[in-house]
Amino acid sequence: MLQGWVIVLAAFAYLGILFAIAWHADRRADAGRSLIGNPVVYALSLAVYCTAWTFYGSVGRAAATGIGFLPIYLGPTLMLALGWLVLLKVVRVAKANRITSIADFIASRYGKSQLLGGLVTVIAVVGVVPYIALQLKAVSNSFTILSHYPEIVMPDRAVAVPLWQDSALYVAAVMAAFTILFGTRHLDATERHEGMVAAIAFESVVKLVAFLAVGLFVTFGIHGGPVELFDRAREAPELARLMVADDTAGGYGRWAGLVFLSMFAALLLPRQFQIAVVENVDESHLKRAVWLFPLYMFLINLFVLPIALGGLLHFGAGGVDADTFVLTLPMAHGAEGLALLVFIGGLSAATGMIIVETIALSTMVCNDLLMPVLLRLPRLGLHERRDLSGLLLGIRRWAIALILLLGYAYFRVAGEAYALVAIGLISFAAVAQFAPALIGGLYWKGGTREGALAGLSAGFLVWAYTLLLPSFAKSGWLPEDFMSQGMFGIDLLRPQRLFGLAGLDEISHCLLWSLLANVGAYLGVSQWRTPNVREARQATRFVDGVIDRGADGWRGSARVKDLLPLAGRFVGPGRAREAFAQYARSRGAAGVEALPADAGLVHFAESLLAGAIGSASARVAVASVAKEEPIEIGEVLDILDEASQVRTANERLQELDRMKDDFISTVTHELRTPLTSIRAFSEMLNDDPKMPLAERTRFLGIIVAEAERLSRLINQILDLARLEAGRVEWIRGEVDLAGVVRESLDALGQIVKDKGAAVEMRLPGAGPVVLADRDRLVQVMLNLLSNAVKFVAPGEGRILVEVDAADGQARVAVADNGPGVRPEERELIFEKFRQGTGDGGTLTGKPQGTGLGLPISRRIVEAFGGRMWVENAPGRGARFLFTLPLKGGDNGGAIATGATGGSQ
Amino acid sequence: MKRPPDLRLTAQRLAALFLLGCALFNYPMLALFNRPLAVLGVPMLYAYLFGAWLLLIALMALAIERRGD
Repeated sequence: MLQGWVIVLAAFAYLGILFAIAWHADRRADAGRSLIGNPVVYALSLAVYCTAWTFYGSVGRAAATGIGFLPIYLGPTLMLALGWLVLLKVVRVAKANRITSIADFIASRYGKSQLLGGLVTVIAVVGVVPYIALQLKAVSNSFTILSHYPEIVMPDRAVAVPLWQDSALYVAAVMAAFTILFGTRHLDATERHEGMVAAIAFESVVKLVAFLAVGLFVTFGIHGGPVELFDRAREAPELARLMVADDTAGGYGRWAGLVFLSMFAALLLPRQFQIAVVENVDESHLKRAVWLFPLYMFLINLFVLPIALGGLLHFGAGGVDADTFVLTLPMAHGAEGLALLVFIGGLSAATGMIIVETIALSTMVCNDLLMPVLLRLPRLGLHERRDLSGLLLGIRRWAIALILLLGYAYFRVAGEAYALVAIGLISFAAVAQFAPALIGGLYWKGGTREGALAGLSAGFLVWAYTLLLPSFAKSGWLPEDFMSQGMFGIDLLRPQRLFGLAGLDEISHCLLWSLLANVGAYLGVSQWRTPNVREARQATRFVDGVIDRGADGWRGSARVKDLLPLAGRFVGPGRAREAFAQYARSRGAAGVEALPADAGLVHFAESLLAGAIGSASARVAVASVAKEEPIEIGEVLDILDEASQVRTANERLQELDRMKDDFISTVTHELRTPLTSIRAFSEMLNDDPKMPLAERTRFLGIIVAEAERLSRLINQILDLARLEAGRVEWIRGEVDLAGVVRESLDALGQIVKDKGAAVEMRLPGAGPVVLADRDRLVQVMLNLLSNAVKFVAPGEGRILVEVDAADGQARVAVADNGPGVRPEERELIFEKFRQGTGDGGTLTGKPQGTGLGLPISRRIVEAFGGRMWVENAPGRGARFLFTLPLKGGDNGGAIATGATGGSQ
Repeated sequence: MKRPPDLRLTAQRLAALFLLGCALFNYPMLALFNRPLAVLGVPMLYAYLFGAWLLLIALMALAIERRGD
């Protein structure tokens, strides 16, 4: 039986589990093993979007408008498709600027304006508190209905019960306790609540399971599957109507309006911003959430229409409120357990919303409404207090209690009134007013503080006039003729026919006018003046994502002995000391006291404080100890200019860094190959003492050869590094090129003979004389000749070496009849570790060299003012050439005098 | 600061899916399926919307999960 105490016990058991999960997750977070550090938890916590309004209300909407419940969930799907463009940017900017709430975000963007933060907070509170009331009502109603089991009684008398019997009051109280416990446990520098997020993710699972269970029960338990259910519904004309959407221009307009509206709501509702942005642990979690969260919404909506149709078939029209079908259908069929599960599911949907929304709102109220005022009241002696973190937490806790109390009061006052029933979409429309300032501020640098203020105010006023006041009028709290005749009896001012605009539903009508006023005022007023220093700096940070270490528009001196106690007052002395010490280490300072009193320090202290009290309040607090010297506009232009130069330089550095990474990974790879084979053969020798002598000799031979290759490679790498760094000592002298060629050929004689190659020389007896390092030129020749020998076929190789001089240049050419070098590889082979692949495009077997010979040779030649390149040999094969300026020739002066040549 | 190289491509694909979604979920596509007919017993509009929704989600998952890092 479902007596009252069973339900209460179940509810408290459920809340107990929530406490346990949150407590466990907080413990894990403290131990550094975060429970919420995975994308699935993130996606599930985003589902806080689905409140009791979804859980119970969707079916109600479906019973009235058919498929009309769906746009509310299609919109967020589209927003997540934009997630990579918009959401990711918001998350990055918020993290970089230690943003604590949506009010903080907007205030921070427009020069850390306290006024703006306060305005956003007021709009959010006005728009969202009634929404909290709606959740309380849902829980209270579901409790009342369930406790009358097996009778099905509508709770239209719920408001009449005395205060102490009102379940909503207890829900509000328990929620306040929970939120205070896990929302304000300590002041975090990042304002994150891991325990709360874990509990929310769990709640999302519970409400989904409960809703799917009812859906399956109605579709397959009561009816014989969806087809049968739809067939039965189709027989009743008033139900068949629900299977198509309103097929008029107005109907499609409303649909599009709702999709558009809910798209913004998915990001801009304070609870969504809190979960999606502030509580985000790792931006990569967004990746999975992009499709997982829409999938969640898909699943929770799948059975909405079947349940609505099932309810209408069972109860008929009237009598039972369609909003309660989720609960009353299982009750009517005697499924007690399921009914209890549904109650718990509804409870989880409502509590999830209440907890997150209250935390978000209390943070905003504290940081953006109360702190700025308190900081300005010298009588409170805030500057003298040692530790304010307790006061801050106290403010948050009172704010939470107050917000829930307000929600409860609204619920008591409004009851079944239209103003409460319709609040879901009214709330959405209120927070949509943040869109121009927030999204505009992310992509457009021209927005100013006044522009944002004007836009938000105009949008908010139009919203209140066209949506909020009419909802009051429909509830009977305002005279009827306000609606029918307009304010002051002016027909053009009729709230939902503003300026005579008819044919739109109230939501689209409000959206159109309020966003028109909002965007218009935002853009228009922003044109009034150019952004000032502070706004321009913040705009760069938000739009370009440029995060610099300098203080924003600050030039001032603030010493550690002022800043540290200040930070300590707000975040606690221990935490502040710890954070400063970490900053000192990152700056390489000897200790906290040794930190220079510069702009970077001020900025650090400000951003530390921003995490606790919001950016606007942090400004004021830091300003109280730092002496500000405003910057001239010219200097700001310099700063901005600098920023773009820095960015270019930064890109170049990243490119270089990448090249270095590539180089190192190639070198490592090249070194590993010989090392591996040396090790493998040594191990074989080591493991098998009875190995035959012949085998042993062969292995040792390989080891020696590989070791030689390794040391050659290392020498060449060092050589190249020296060449690139310009640290080579050249021994300059007169060098006879023909002599160099002869000497090199003699040195390679044995290899040439082994390969059976024929070498032809066309050289003068004593050759052109150049000014260079003889040993280095021998190195170049050896490299070219050994390459030629390496690539010709055994027994039929022909190598032609020519030396001549013309136009003040000595020229050396080495041609072979090997596979040649493909035209597209003629530059590549001079890069590090690139080897030719031969004429046919196939690899000529194993890599035969280190891939460093040619790059080194080219650098040597260039160091002496020459040039090296490759071309096709007559017939087939490759022909490598290099030139060097003749000694005493016209180009003698062009000889590089230092070792810096060839640094390309 | 290492970014996966296909980040911009992912953003493009998702933006394209956003536009696709806008088209699928609104007039006039909606009107095409807004008829009192049934597809395998399920109302046509209902079947279309949920089908299109699932398709969009699948494409979003595909766009963002491929070449995962």
